[in-house]
Amino acid sequence: MMKFICILLAGIVTCMGITGFFSDPVPQQPSPAASIARGKNVYETYCLACHQADGSGVQRLNPPLIKTSFVLGDKKTLIGIVLNGLDQEIEIDGEVYNNVMASHDFLKDQEIADVLTYVRNSFGNKASAVLPEEVTKQRAVNKK
Amino acid sequence: MVQIQAKMMNVLLLFTLFLNTESCFSTDTTDYHTGSPAASTITLPAGFSSTVFYENLGRARHLAVEANGDVYVKLERLKDGKGIYKLTDTNKDGVADRSVGFGDYTGTGMAIKNGYLYASSDEGVFRYSLKTDINAETQPEKIVIGLWNRRQHAAKSITLDDAGNLYVNIGAPSNVCQVEDRKNASPGRTPCPILDSAGGIWQFKADQQNQSYPQGSRYATGLRNVVGLDWNASANDLYAMQHGRDMLFQSYPALFNQQEGAENPAEEMFRLKKGADAGWPYCYFDNGKKQKLMNPEYGGDRNTPGVCPGKTPSIVQFPGHLAPNALLFYTGTMFPEKYRNGAFIAFHGSWNRSPEPQEGYYVVFVPFKDGMPSGKWEVFADNFAGPGKAQGKADFRPTGLAQGPDGALYVSDDQKGNIWKITYSGK
Repeated sequence: MMKFICILLAGIVTCMGITGFFSDPVPQQPSPAASIARGKNVYETYCLACHQADGSGVQRLNPPLIKTSFVLGDKKTLIGIVLNGLDQEIEIDGEVYNNVMASHDFLKDQEIADVLTYVRNSFGNKASAVLPEEVTKQRAVNKK
Repeated sequence: MVQIQAKMMNVLLLFTLFLNTESCFSTDTTDYHTGSPAASTITLPAGFSSTVFYENLGRARHLAVEANGDVYVKLERLKDGKGIYKLTDTNKDGVADRSVGFGDYTGTGMAIKNGYLYASSDEGVFRYSLKTDINAETQPEKIVIGLWNRRQHAAKSITLDDAGNLYVNIGAPSNVCQVEDRKNASPGRTPCPILDSAGGIWQFKADQQNQSYPQGSRYATGLRNVVGLDWNASANDLYAMQHGRDMLFQSYPALFNQQEGAENPAEEMFRLKKGADAGWPYCYFDNGKKQKLMNPEYGGDRNTPGVCPGKTPSIVQFPGHLAPNALLFYTGTMFPEKYRNGAFIAFHGSWNRSPEPQEGYYVVFVPFKDGMPSGKWEVFADNFAGPGKAQGKADFRPTGLAQGPDGALYVSDDQKGNIWKITYSGK
């Protein structure tokens, strides 16, 4: 019986070892601080005019970016909005927003990752960084 | 004892429910205001004073005053299920003490002509006879139906002339008619297909039902979006304020610095004869160069007049992005002589001057003589925004203008729904 347990344990240890050996190393999370700083520049060039310096948006026209489900929710959806733009009425906290957001697919994957990381960590928001790989992946499946 | 109390509570609760149910089914939306009126905080030239005629009506857009002094206000969002409110000042103290709501649709336009109240939704125009009291059950005639409503610039502003015609603005659902709206470097389309159905002012008959594009005619074109328009009876012409295009600095930083982007293009006033073409989307008025030039999306470089000299010139130019939401030619006699037949303009206030400071949020006056401006524009009523003009922080945003039978000027606000009544006593 004891022998069986030993074999089992050995097996588990071995398995763990093998798994560790074959799996990729945990991806190194790039410093969000650097991404946020770069993202601020992108935001000021392409986003601020409509969404405003404090992310508060413009009543009836441009939605706020402060703690909304669009900003803090599914990253794929958020990346999709930057790539495709948004031309539909949306409602946030009882206010309706109608202005057209143009597609920003001309931005590089890194720029989109940076600006979304900035937005998700500014204006009172706190959410995980958006990585360039996530944008690349979304762009590949995004073909309109 | 406890049980008895509980039973009594139940009875009380039932009674309360019964009362509430009663009010739910009631169709009388009349309410009588009690309590002291709010103090007016707007600033005016010497000799003028104002009262807050009504407050907290919600998204109050344009308004019109009947010969008996009743004020009708169109709402952009229903208030207690109603889209139009009639406000009455029964004791004539400058503050409405009675309101009646009717109409179950939202919109912007509101005008009175020949005993009828005209109201617009974002698709068409309705009218109500003022011969009988309008109540919540009154069904309007549908005068105009089926106009473009593509959300952007969807408000249908209206005015009427003295020859039985109704003028309706159909705003272009676009910034500058690019292949991809508002996208950096996306080129402008030539010819702009939007102009067939929007981007202009259409004329309809004021008394015919169910008119749409085939029954109307395009009276003036090349206007991106007009919210303030008025028929000037003394000049017998239509005048309109255009909301100029957005994003010159953001899209063309090589041509416009940040400040120039905030100041351009001009918000323009046009005198519109039938067939006028104000130039949108091909042209904009450059406040720095003081002329109409080709938009960069159409190859403009801030020096190219292109097709623009052939377009209808504007007669007054204002700084960029102030958002003119109402135009009214003053025909009363209460205000001093200089105001007669001159133009009041309500500027809603800017948002896309960011990161430059915002501007507007006031009512300006332009003196007129023989249908043309005769002096520089000046701020008439100010301090609607309150302490600052920061975007999104304004207390009130001027949106509508109307003249009372006594010559008083009414201003509406679509931030909280205040209505001011401005009078002149010389003191």
